[in-house]
Amino acid sequence: MSAGTQAQPASLADHAAPPSLALGVLVKEAFLTAVVALVLAIPLVGFRIVESNGTSGLTTRFWWVAVGVGAVFVGRLALGLWRRGLPARATGRASWLAPLVRYGPRHARIIAPIGIAAALALPLLPIATRSVVELGIGVLTYIMLGWGLNVVVGLAGLLDLGYVAFYAVGAYSFAILAHDFGLTFWECLPLSGLLAAAAGVLLGFPVLRLRGDYLAIVTLGFGEIIHILLLNWTSLTQGPNGIGDIPHPGLFGLVFERRAPPGFTTFHDFLGIDFNPLHRAIFLYYVALLLALIVNLFTLRLRRLPIGRAWEALREDEIACRALGINPTNVKLSAFGIGAMLGGFAGAFFATRLGFISPESFTFTESATILAIVVLGGMGSQTGVVLAAVLLVLLPELRFFAEFRMLFFGAAMVIIMVWRPQGLLAHREPSLRLHPGRRQP
Amino acid sequence: MNYLLQQLVNGIALGAIYGLIAIGYTMVYGIIGMINFAHGEIYMIGAFISLIAFMALGLAGISYVPLALLMVLLIAMVFTAAYGWAVERIAYRPLRGSFRLAPLISAIGMSIFLQNYVQLLQGARVKTLQPVVQGGIALTTGAFGVEVSYLQLFIVALTVVLMAVFTYVIAATPLGRAQRAVQQDAIMAALLGVDVDRTISLTFLLGASLAAVAGMMVLLYYGVIDFFIGFSAGIKAFTAAVLGGIGSLPGAMLGGLLIGLIEALWSGYASVEYKDVMVFLVLVLVLVLRPSGLFGRPEVEKV
Repeated sequence: MSAGTQAQPASLADHAAPPSLALGVLVKEAFLTAVVALVLAIPLVGFRIVESNGTSGLTTRFWWVAVGVGAVFVGRLALGLWRRGLPARATGRASWLAPLVRYGPRHARIIAPIGIAAALALPLLPIATRSVVELGIGVLTYIMLGWGLNVVVGLAGLLDLGYVAFYAVGAYSFAILAHDFGLTFWECLPLSGLLAAAAGVLLGFPVLRLRGDYLAIVTLGFGEIIHILLLNWTSLTQGPNGIGDIPHPGLFGLVFERRAPPGFTTFHDFLGIDFNPLHRAIFLYYVALLLALIVNLFTLRLRRLPIGRAWEALREDEIACRALGINPTNVKLSAFGIGAMLGGFAGAFFATRLGFISPESFTFTESATILAIVVLGGMGSQTGVVLAAVLLVLLPELRFFAEFRMLFFGAAMVIIMVWRPQGLLAHREPSLRLHPGRRQP
Repeated sequence: MNYLLQQLVNGIALGAIYGLIAIGYTMVYGIIGMINFAHGEIYMIGAFISLIAFMALGLAGISYVPLALLMVLLIAMVFTAAYGWAVERIAYRPLRGSFRLAPLISAIGMSIFLQNYVQLLQGARVKTLQPVVQGGIALTTGAFGVEVSYLQLFIVALTVVLMAVFTYVIAATPLGRAQRAVQQDAIMAALLGVDVDRTISLTFLLGASLAAVAGMMVLLYYGVIDFFIGFSAGIKAFTAAVLGGIGSLPGAMLGGLLIGLIEALWSGYASVEYKDVMVFLVLVLVLVLRPSGLFGRPEVEKV
């Protein structure tokens, strides 16, 4: 994928050895894998610590181990047999995804308007109950966050593990500004974005000069620090109680409440219809859609600007960029700050939507979810982020799945990296071609 | 004065634990140049395996404390090392030569996976262990007497022994030579007949078994663990590794000690709530002022 691939010596890169053909070898391999699985499973799966009445004891469940190890054996064998059936070059490539990949990005021109039209039409359809619209708002919030993080991770190639920190800065900025200074949503939105961007620049400045890995761990720590600050800085954030009574956005002075506060008109009085909480949900849905589309347009335009090209160039080869006169620190800082700003917008929207925020909403799990959306969707791909956000928000709605959500996200990130590092929807079109019109291989 | 002394004693014991975890980070970083985000989780798994081993031994009727400690230590090291090996084999080895972010994302995915794996299997509530080693030596007497508990002595002594063994392994065995060779230049080492994959696997085994010891120590020290302890301990140990100079083993140990002392003194004199913030500030300050740490060499990028 990158230039670094060829630089690796053969002995390090040939892990994808040609699949062995003999059945005996496959069985032996599967057996060894099962033995390892047995060793791994015995302590943590085989025993369970139980507490009752203040004393703790152990229960055993060795049949779980047996089932798990059996599954690993069969799975490994099946994988080996499946790989044997494939031609040597095709291993590790997902053939059933091929049509999606082939038609997805190339037909983005058609898919994007259809998607936007569907998103616009959703609240007007008869299926649009309150819960469906709320779900739609949730998906849109994650799409917004995913696109924001995509600037940092996908375009600039900086791994931000604490994106939720900027989301939190945006949400709390809005909550505090609205609560203590009486500003409205539309006044606060740019301010929240600016404050989040400032936090991003302040954090990024010392770290972005160093190797990329340091940024990852510093952002990981920063996400946690923001969480601690939100919990303990009670005079500003009201600690674990959170901030309530955050105003909802209005539409040109019309408010979506049952009774209008003094000096305001409610939406339903203005139109002469009955009050319905669904109206507010639908209005918020459209606000989210509008914000998401602005974010998308913004990043798509940025990508065409010199700064966006510099991000992508830096992602591919930092040394070459430096040789060409690009200042890596400033370029990275701009990506980091803009990503933080977009996260701040999403945070402000989150606060106004719920009307209540507390530190509970801004944990590492949230950062991990957003990162999983970007990674699964394919770093740098806007359509992929939408697909992954829909998938990752809707799947936990299934009751069975909710419990295993994070387990699945973690495993998916590993599997995607090993198996399809470019994401589900592969899309690494060069944004600039030497000879336009000719498709380069 | 007594209070300060007591905080120093506590800080050294804590620092020994961080140092053992930091060695895992620094070795892996030295040899394959990536941050192993899952290392904190390996430590957490070590703590859980130790707890299960303690309980199983208790049920088996082994009540002689030194024997129980030794057996738990060995059990935890062996099983946790298996986890460390498996993590490398599944999540990192297939990614050698992939693009720059791939191993980092894979590592963070592994970390999330392991956290939730333990949570689902063992439950989200905190697990407790009755004190195993009790008593201590009073250094000064009085109302605020300074006391070094036997447990703290055990932790520091075990750390010193492990460090000695470890230094010997790195300095004088074929494995250590292979490891240092791979650290310097993996391609050249491979050409000269060092099995690079095997060396990297062994590095993960060693790092994970030291993390298991740290997990057992923290279990004995605090008596309370949950599935989330690996997260903050991981960041602190990484800070320790950076502080000491990443890639340097004595640096990791010294860094761990310093982080332990900073944390103990900050909790003792300032505020317990913000002790993690303090460690984070140390990390940022070190990265700004001296990115190569105390013992590290500055990184030179070659084209």
